[in-house]
Amino acid sequence: MSATESAVVSRFANWNAAIIAITVIVLIVAAASVDSFGTSQNFGFLVLDLLPIALVALPMTLVIVTGEIDLSVASTLGLSSAVMGYLWNANQPIETIIPLCLLLGAVLGAVNGFFVTVLGLPSLAVTIGTLALYRGLAFVVLGDSAVADFPTVYTDWVTGSIGGTPIPNVLIIIVVLAIVFGVILHATPIGRAVFAVGASEQAARFAGVRPGRVKFWLYVASGLISGLAGVLWTLRYSSARADNGAGLELAVVAAVLLGGVSIFGGKGALPGVIAGVVLLGSLQNALRLSDVSNEALNVVTGVLLIASVLGPNLVNRLRRT
Amino acid sequence: MADALPLLRVREVSKSFGAVAAVRDVSFDLYGGEAHALVGENGAGKSTIVKMLAGVHRPDTGSIELDGTGQDLGTPADAKAAGIAVIYQEPTLFPDLSVAENIAMGRQPLGRFKTIDRAAMVRQAAQLFARLGVSIDPNRPARGLSIADQQLVEIAKALSADARVVVMDEPTAALTGVEVERLFAVARSLRDDGAALMFISHRFEEITALCERVTIMRDGRHVSTDLLTDITVDEMVRKMVGRDLGALFPKQDVAAGAVALKVRGLSRDPVFKDVSFDVRAGEIVALAGLVGSGRSEVVQSIFGVDPRDTGTVEVVGKTLKPGSPKQAMAAGVALVPEDRRQQGLLMELSIERNVTLPRSRSLSQLGFLTGNRERREAKEWTQKLKTKYGRLSDNVGTLSGGNQQKVVLAKWLATNPKVLIVDEPTRGIDVGTKAEVHRLMSSLAADGVAVLMVSSELPEVLGMADRVLVMREGRLVAELDRSEATEESVMFAATGQEATL
Repeated sequence: MSATESAVVSRFANWNAAIIAITVIVLIVAAASVDSFGTSQNFGFLVLDLLPIALVALPMTLVIVTGEIDLSVASTLGLSSAVMGYLWNANQPIETIIPLCLLLGAVLGAVNGFFVTVLGLPSLAVTIGTLALYRGLAFVVLGDSAVADFPTVYTDWVTGSIGGTPIPNVLIIIVVLAIVFGVILHATPIGRAVFAVGASEQAARFAGVRPGRVKFWLYVASGLISGLAGVLWTLRYSSARADNGAGLELAVVAAVLLGGVSIFGGKGALPGVIAGVVLLGSLQNALRLSDVSNEALNVVTGVLLIASVLGPNLVNRLRRT
Repeated sequence: MADALPLLRVREVSKSFGAVAAVRDVSFDLYGGEAHALVGENGAGKSTIVKMLAGVHRPDTGSIELDGTGQDLGTPADAKAAGIAVIYQEPTLFPDLSVAENIAMGRQPLGRFKTIDRAAMVRQAAQLFARLGVSIDPNRPARGLSIADQQLVEIAKALSADARVVVMDEPTAALTGVEVERLFAVARSLRDDGAALMFISHRFEEITALCERVTIMRDGRHVSTDLLTDITVDEMVRKMVGRDLGALFPKQDVAAGAVALKVRGLSRDPVFKDVSFDVRAGEIVALAGLVGSGRSEVVQSIFGVDPRDTGTVEVVGKTLKPGSPKQAMAAGVALVPEDRRQQGLLMELSIERNVTLPRSRSLSQLGFLTGNRERREAKEWTQKLKTKYGRLSDNVGTLSGGNQQKVVLAKWLATNPKVLIVDEPTRGIDVGTKAEVHRLMSSLAADGVAVLMVSSELPEVLGMADRVLVMREGRLVAELDRSEATEESVMFAATGQEATL
């Protein structure tokens, strides 16, 4: 037993390093073989494409480490976008709308958290339910229409880059939030509690951790960040639509698992997740540049999701023989 | 009554995991019609031997012979086919299948259309139970059976597979006295039918009651095999630990100080009712009673992991609110829980994380943890308790039972408790570690810690406690002074009738 258990540990440790290495290789190969991949202009597009997945993957990592899941993130993003469009149509100032959309995201997350922690329902079922519910509400709010003409100061900032450099403005948001979530997970008592809850909720309780409280606030964080992703999505395309971000939850979960986080909870690290996001995003970007259709890109997400589970297993089996 | 030829021979088997040699050149024989005890401290290699017989591990060198022919036990199915059955401490039945279905798993009797003949299946299970002399309804689901009954189902399963070698790995650790007696009656009848029994236990009184022969292991090696008529318990202990132990229960006399834990009218329907007692600084108070009498529930309610309906808990004058382990910890209460694998430890996390989890907030600087202070603290406390481990970053699940228990103790002693509650502190750990744990509790009491100990082991209760509280069916029924507490008086209070032991 001890031998297999330590193999499991090193398997995760190694997978984290492996995924970072694979990501670097994919970036190099893509830059060498796809003509426009390595350009600074494409770098901007790549970061913008990565933006929603990267942001939502951060709280998702913590949620999955506790052994739960949040599948409602893309619908929260869509509802945030729809409400943003609705309020903008109602001539509200953008400075009021943005905080309201963030608050809305937090409330939607709190609803998930309430069902999972207070009522003790399984998060998979709850968030599949709110996935449908929040997306439905988005269509109730905005219907099939699209709202455009958001203030160019904001849309330009989201699509723009820092000074004369090719570094996109939104990269600042990603980096800052990645550091915040990375520090919370790996260097605070909250992070210790997150891992403890994922490893054994009962034993965590016996050590004074309040699993319900930890999970509740993670769902609020997940909703809040999804709301933010909805705002940024809307500003990037200057278009608020009820179907914005549909299906994004799949890519987010794929990136997190690809990053070496255990779907059973208790194990994972944020650097691996960042690598998973970059790998997924850059593969999609490179394929798009090579004229692969958007629909076919889903194949990539699916294959990567399976690879994320298969990869560590194969590595483990090879090491054993 | 042992046959002349051994039924099963273990010949010079060795097994290593990485650099660690778990078992080295061990040989012994099991005879049909004989019960054979295997004893040794935790980490002596007993579990590895069991796993080799069960087909979980294959020996690196050496052989296992049944009836003189070598066996290659590569999988548990091989072991089963060879007629070796293993009963574990915690049986693994399918909870939602019926008892009969569990027994017949993999060998279901078939009817005319190759469908399962349920009537025959139930009949066979009933016959097995009749033969074992136990009354379990074959039609009931396995879920909800007591551990003792689950073990009997496992034994019935072994019988139905015509097992000739039955290995029992610490089967009595979670059983009450009556259940142990019933298990032993079944084991004796198996033995008298010609099966070879291998019995692993830390309790010498059980070994002497059941077995004819004993093999002692230490550090992965075979020390001796003796007839139990030729060896005393003291000799066995010496051979196991390789040195003389001090007294097993070294409670020093300490003048009790002020009341540290004050419990009044604690109730939770229907588990316990109106429980009131005090524990003073420097005192060790034992909470005795049968399994299921509500002892663990009371201490878990005091600590706050379980709710309570009414009653108050005061720690050094501070009233604890119900349901808050966090507040209990802040007030200076520590609970070393009954079930170390489920409650005491996060098995998949490192030793370091386990030791420092309750203190992660107080170890942080400006809210941040860099890992250095945690590592230092974990190192300090595991060393104080003489815990044996490879690296602090190893999973705590890789440690032996005794060392796991030391990690749980380290984790709670690091919080510097005023009231230490220990629930079955020495369950399933070896004599050497047991003596260390007892010495530790005694020295903590001498330093003014109030210790409340739940224990099902009477010698431990009588040896360690200044006062014994006895619970029966959720109520506190007796409070016995050290001078009044005897096996008879405690058992009398716990069962409500004259002791028959």
